[in-house]
Amino acid sequence: MIPRHLAIAMSVLLVAVLGLSVYAWHIRKTAATPVTATDKRPLAPPIAGPTEQVTLYVAHDDDGTLRAESAKIPLPSGRQQRAEELLRALLSLYLDKSSTHVLGSGADIRSVFLVDPGVAVIDLNSAFADAHRSGVLVEELTVTSLIHTISANTPGILKVKILVDGKERDTLAGHADLSSFYDVTAVNQLATQLQPAQ
Amino acid sequence: MRSTSKPRSAGVSPARRKRIIAACVAIVAGFLACAKFLSGAPPDKRLAVYSVAANYSLPLLWREGRQYVGLLELLEPLGKVSAKSEGKGWRLHYNNVEGDFQVGKARARVQGRDADLGGKFVVENNRGLVPLGSLPSLLPRFLGGPVTLREESARLFIGSVGTHFTATLSADNPPRLVFHFTAPVNPTIATEPGALRMTFSREPVVAPASPTLTFGNKTIPSAIYSESNGAAVVTVNAAIPVIASFSNDGRTVTISATPASSPAQNAAQGTTPSAPGASPGATQSAPPAITTPPTPPGRRYFAVVDASHGGDDHGETFSNTLLEKDVTVALARSLRQELESRGIPTLVLRDSDANLSLDQRAIFANADHAAIYIAVHAASNGHGVRVYTAMLPFGGDDRGTFRAWSTAQHASLPLSQSTANAVAAEFQRRQVPVRTLTAPLRPLNNLTGPAIAVEVAPQGSDPSQLTAPDYQQLVTSAVATAIAASRDQLGAAR
Repeated sequence: MIPRHLAIAMSVLLVAVLGLSVYAWHIRKTAATPVTATDKRPLAPPIAGPTEQVTLYVAHDDDGTLRAESAKIPLPSGRQQRAEELLRALLSLYLDKSSTHVLGSGADIRSVFLVDPGVAVIDLNSAFADAHRSGVLVEELTVTSLIHTISANTPGILKVKILVDGKERDTLAGHADLSSFYDVTAVNQLATQLQPAQ
Repeated sequence: MRSTSKPRSAGVSPARRKRIIAACVAIVAGFLACAKFLSGAPPDKRLAVYSVAANYSLPLLWREGRQYVGLLELLEPLGKVSAKSEGKGWRLHYNNVEGDFQVGKARARVQGRDADLGGKFVVENNRGLVPLGSLPSLLPRFLGGPVTLREESARLFIGSVGTHFTATLSADNPPRLVFHFTAPVNPTIATEPGALRMTFSREPVVAPASPTLTFGNKTIPSAIYSESNGAAVVTVNAAIPVIASFSNDGRTVTISATPASSPAQNAAQGTTPSAPGASPGATQSAPPAITTPPTPPGRRYFAVVDASHGGDDHGETFSNTLLEKDVTVALARSLRQELESRGIPTLVLRDSDANLSLDQRAIFANADHAAIYIAVHAASNGHGVRVYTAMLPFGGDDRGTFRAWSTAQHASLPLSQSTANAVAAEFQRRQVPVRTLTAPLRPLNNLTGPAIAVEVAPQGSDPSQLTAPDYQQLVTSAVATAIAASRDQLGAAR
């Protein structure tokens, strides 16, 4: 006959095995569920704080141009927070139903880091990149809009790196290169090319 | 008196010890069985459907111990179809045919006649699922024509849509194996030591009379046809490295020896920038399918045309059946034809549905020292054509004669821009809307010679215009005319 303590030990092991199986089953089911955008809250600049006049460079897909648009938005005092709010204000235009340059639902700027001397890092969320339309022009309009807006309103930025969910990514949606640092001078020249003909 | 210093385990009898070991083994076996049950679900499988109307694929679902497929999704690309759920009943209308299905029943009624499904009918989220094996008897009731199901390889042929092929070995030295298909094909090409594999996932390629073709040749001894998971595969066994080239509008595939001075071998020589993580060995293991017959040693192409995307990289999805990667191949082939008709030797990178990294594309073009590299893109956004040159990233750390990979284009940028302007001028002359822009578009910045990218958008709002032969010809002839006019300037800089 099996000693009592061994019988108890085996029972405990058996229960553990069954418990682990149920847990693994649960994990599998969870993993099989497609992950959707984690944060679909509408984006809006903070209500508090003094409003300032800024220039946003807004992409228009109907004629493939980048147009300067003035906006009054509340901006915090910190340089980095200002840059974040600036880009969020730009994004709110794209997430509006009337925008011709449509971004996917849940697209957001996770954060902006300003690193001296002259380096800006824009961290997009995965919903921004994953749902972005594919195409050379449509992707470069997005990239130019982000970089030109931040550099025009935040003096001293020389190069910009774009990350997605905090990680490097080859392209935005198959075309615009995200593997290197953008040269702000080159982007500003492209922004000029993209402005509508007078 | 019994000693108390003796360890307790020593008191377990051999029979009891055996029982303990047996119990432990049983627990471990139980755990392994659970693990196998959890991880042993069959991998995602798809049913490839070939018909006159469309070729497409659908997911296969494992239910009731067999493979199931969604009936509505299967019929949707073939005609007008609708379905309605009522209690346990599920009614399907396909054109003028009506079918009644009952959840949990293995029989259905189609046009008032019984049909055996060979397994229970299942409804999930209003989707009616039928066993895969029921399709040969069920579908003809709806479609009014024969269907052929290859259940093991998950391939369904609706009507007589099979693409047949023959294989002929030439008497050249080294020999060339020429496949002739009854319809254009665009397989994925993969190479490995001793073999080249063509995978036809979208074409209804069917087996020859014998699945194994033997040629009695030591260099290319045989080719084997097989099918699995919705695809047909032709594996060519070869004693030497071989490549595939396409001609006759995709109806002919020629397997021939890799040219002695392949671009991949040259890539490691000279002062061409070295791609990060790309060794010559890596590129040799998966060479792209190169067009035209093998070139004589030492011959260089004047133009390299790169059909962007390919393989797993679809580019923009225009519709369920139209992908950017397919449009770019068609445009690249058309551009090659236009350039060669103007006496410009042209190489098309990616003349099949091959995976080709951006680094590989740049290495091939740099190693060939082509006078002009033209990347072809397609887009649904906007109208007309955009001609791009590289927008170089920040920095670039040239060291002596070695150029930084990310800014390798720097020295050639003025010539690239003048070529782009010439191409744009030709489009303007032909009254096609055109813009010239810089773009952060790899691999333009990795190329040492003049390089442009051409993104073709429809003239109207319908992306299907991108596949219209006359529009493709209008675009590619304009590019070719401009390149031919710039030939002296480009050739002098070579």
